Parts: sequence; structure tokens; C-alpha cells
Amino acid sequence: MSIDWGALGSVFGVSIAVTVGLVGLFTLGIVGLGDRATATASTASTTSTTEGRGAEGRRADGRSGGGRGPLVRAGAYACFAACAVAVAYGIWLIAG
Amino acid sequence: MEHLTLLIGVVIVTALAFDFTNGFHDTANAMATTISTGAMSPRLAVAMSAVLNLAGAFLSVQVAKTISGGIIDEKSGIRPEVIFAGLVGAIVWNLVTWLAGLPSSSSHALFGGLIGATLVAVGAHGVHGEAVVMKVLIPAVASPLVAGAAAALATRLTYRIGRNADPESTRKGYRAGQIASAGLVSLAHGTNDAQKTMGVITLALITGGIIAPGSNPPVWVILSAGTAMALGTYIGGWRIIRTLGKGLTDVQPQQGFAAQSGAATVILASSHLGFALSTTHVVSGAVLGSGVGRKGAVVRWGTAGRMGLSWLITLPAAGLVAAGATAVADQGTWGVGVVGVLGLLVCAGAYVLAQRNRVDHTNVNDVAPVGGSAPLTPAVAGAGAFDAFGGELAATIPAPAQAAPVTRKAAL
Repeated sequence: MSIDWGALGSVFGVSIAVTVGLVGLFTLGIVGLGDRATATASTASTTSTTEGRGAEGRRADGRSGGGRGPLVRAGAYACFAACAVAVAYGIWLIAG
Repeated sequence: MEHLTLLIGVVIVTALAFDFTNGFHDTANAMATTISTGAMSPRLAVAMSAVLNLAGAFLSVQVAKTISGGIIDEKSGIRPEVIFAGLVGAIVWNLVTWLAGLPSSSSHALFGGLIGATLVAVGAHGVHGEAVVMKVLIPAVASPLVAGAAAALATRLTYRIGRNADPESTRKGYRAGQIASAGLVSLAHGTNDAQKTMGVITLALITGGIIAPGSNPPVWVILSAGTAMALGTYIGGWRIIRTLGKGLTDVQPQQGFAAQSGAATVILASSHLGFALSTTHVVSGAVLGSGVGRKGAVVRWGTAGRMGLSWLITLPAAGLVAAGATAVADQGTWGVGVVGVLGLLVCAGAYVLAQRNRVDHTNVNDVAPVGGSAPLTPAVAGAGAFDAFGGELAATIPAPAQAAPVTRKAAL
């Protein structure tokens, strides 16, 4: 009996790489869009937020002020699109 | 021929019954974290999972072919009685673990049942030992580890990237991510597990000489297997959902998302490479991993340990039940009848026991959050995994208010 270590190893490597990659991408997308949402909503609330969120609000404000908003947004959508492609590939694999 | 047809009819019905238990046993795999984090309402979650299970059943028949020809040697004289006994073993074990709220593997129950029945009926040469090790045992050990590691790293990463983000603004995103990844797990589950039943029914049809060996499952088999599983999924194994969603660790949306993504990836990667693994093992591993990956999260290793133990004994236990059932069913028609009646009695008994302490979509999330590291605090035992067997347990531990009169009766 021979155990196919190669196949096991590739499942291990592929799974971890793909999971971490996808979750990372998706989170970047979420944070990207979230920054926008905070930027529009936080102008009034920046002063009242606590330490961490205050810093976040300032950064988001800086971004929208510097005109990076649309770019961040496009990046976020690109992240989501990449995830969608991966999911489509996954479904194609199931069907295969 | 008349007799044969009736017997095969019984086998098919039993296979569909197993498929049903498989569905409700495994709803938790796709939906436990989605429900416990509140990303979807419990009812909606199981409905979506059911639809995707059905859809998944139609996507592929790849696995169905390997079950009927892989682990059991179809040409070694397996008769429909043997398959019937194997299925009864699998169903009984699924019901027992469901009562205990343990997410054990339905696939292992099925394999164990079929292996046990085959060993008794035709001996060791009827089982492909190497296929059992390669296709069942190794993935069972490896897959939770892989999924756990992937989910732990992904959880760490998503908390790191999102550490400065406003939880309010990211909530919707994580919710969408959870729903999408849980949907993918449901789809993969439908493809993998409904096919196992299709494989068994096909095997029964082959042993009965109704279709030729090596055939694809007929369309009505695919349809009925998918439907039985979807129904089971929709009914929902709420006890197991509770254990997986609340019992192992307190799952937050980020963790739920990371865990389901990891689970979906591992399932797809390994079935692409030919490992038939258990979605239960993968998801449980991933949920544990997500608990390890979040700083400050409490993982209830006690519950995890019991779960691991149930994984170890699932295959032999279902095999033993099936072996006993085979010994009786092999005696002829009356034997099959006796096994059938006993099987029905177990189902009825499980149902009655479950009624004593109902867990359903209304109270699935009503569990004390994982606070301290004590594995079996009264709050946990009262609301948690083992309450269905809880005669003696409930007698010594204050039970939840509405369950008190019933458990007192049970203790008598």
C-alpha cells in the first residue's frame, strides 16, 4: 500500500494558499468599501469615536479628500470580482 | 423476481431514508456558522441550503460511480439484503449522534455500515482494504487538519486587514461573504453526499440485476436522492447546528466567513484530486481553526474532543450495527422484516427522545456564550450537546426552565 503523499501535499498547499488568498482579497474589498462608507458618514462623528476608530476615520477622510476614493472603490470591486471568478471556477470544478 | 423486486424496493426506500438523515445531519456543515452569527435567519438558511443541495445533486455523478465500484467489491456476491443491513447500520448511527448533537460524518456511517455488512456476508475479500485506507481513513485525518490550518491563517489575516475598519461598515460585507461561502459548501455537499446515496441505490440495482454493472445512475435515482437530501436539510439537524455554531467556539462573522471559505476550498480541492472526504470533518476542523486564529477566542476543547472521539467510533460503530443486522437479515425474508421493524423502532425512539428537549429554529442560538474555559459548566450541559441522553445528567444539573418537568420524568 502506498500513500500518495504528493496528492495530500498539494491538497494541503492549494487549500491554504487559496483560502488565505481569497479571504484576504475579500477582506480588502470589504475594508475598501467600508472606508468609503465611513468617509461619508464619519465627518460628523470623527470627534466622538474612540482611539482606533478615530484614527480610521481620519485616514478615510484623508483619502476622500485627496481624491483616492474612486480608486479605492475600484480596487475593492476588483477584489470582489476576483473572488467571484474563483467561486465560478469552484462551481465549474464541482460540475467537472 | 417478484421477491427480488420487493426487496430492492425496500433497499431503495432505506437508502433514501439514509439520505434524509444525511441531509439533516449535515445541514450544520454549511449553515451552522451562518446561523450562529446571524448572517441569515435559521429558516432562510436551511431553505437555501436545501435548494443548493438539490442543485448540487444534479451537477455530477463522478462520486456515485466510485462508491459502487470502489470500496465494496460488487462482484463478490453482495446481495440486496447486505446493502439493506448496511444502510440500517448507517441510519441508526446517524440518529444516535444526532440525538447527542455530535457532528459525526454521515459518509463514515455509510461506509462503516456497508463495510460491516459486507464483512459478515461475504468476508474480508468483499472489501477493498486499500481503497478504504486511501479514500476514507487518510482524508478523515488529514482534511480537518488542512481545513483548520487554512481557516486559522485566514481568520488571522482577515482580522489583521480589517483591524482598523469600522465593524458597522464591514458587517454587510462579511455577511455576503458568509452566505456565498456557505452556499458553495451546500452545493459541494449536495454533489458529494447525494451521490453517495445514488451510488448505493445504483449498487442495489446492479446486485439485483436490473441495470448492468458500471452503469450511470438513472435520472429518477438522481432526482429522488437529491430530493430526499434536500428535505432532510430543510428539516434541519438543529442540535448539530447548535454544537457546531455555538459549542466549539463563539463564532464571529469574520471567523464564520474564514471557516466556510476554508471548508469550501478544501472540499473542492480534494474532491478534484479524488479524495472522497467528509464535509463534517472539514467544517468542524475549519470552525476550530477559526477559533484558534482569532486572538482572545475561547475554544472549547472538551467539546472538540468528544467530537473527535465520535469520529473515531463512527465507522466501527455503524459497522457493528450493520454486521448484526446482516446476520439477521441474511436469514431470509423474515430476517429482513425483523431488521426493518427494529430500524423503524430506533427511528421512532430517537424521535420521541428528541421531543423531550426540542432544539429547533426558534431556540438554536439560545446557548450561553463561550465564556470561561470550563468544558462542562452547568449552562453548557443544560443547553448543550448531551441533553438528549440526559436522564442522569439533567437530574444533577439545573435544567432549563421549560424542560424541567420532562427531564424530571426522565430521571424517574
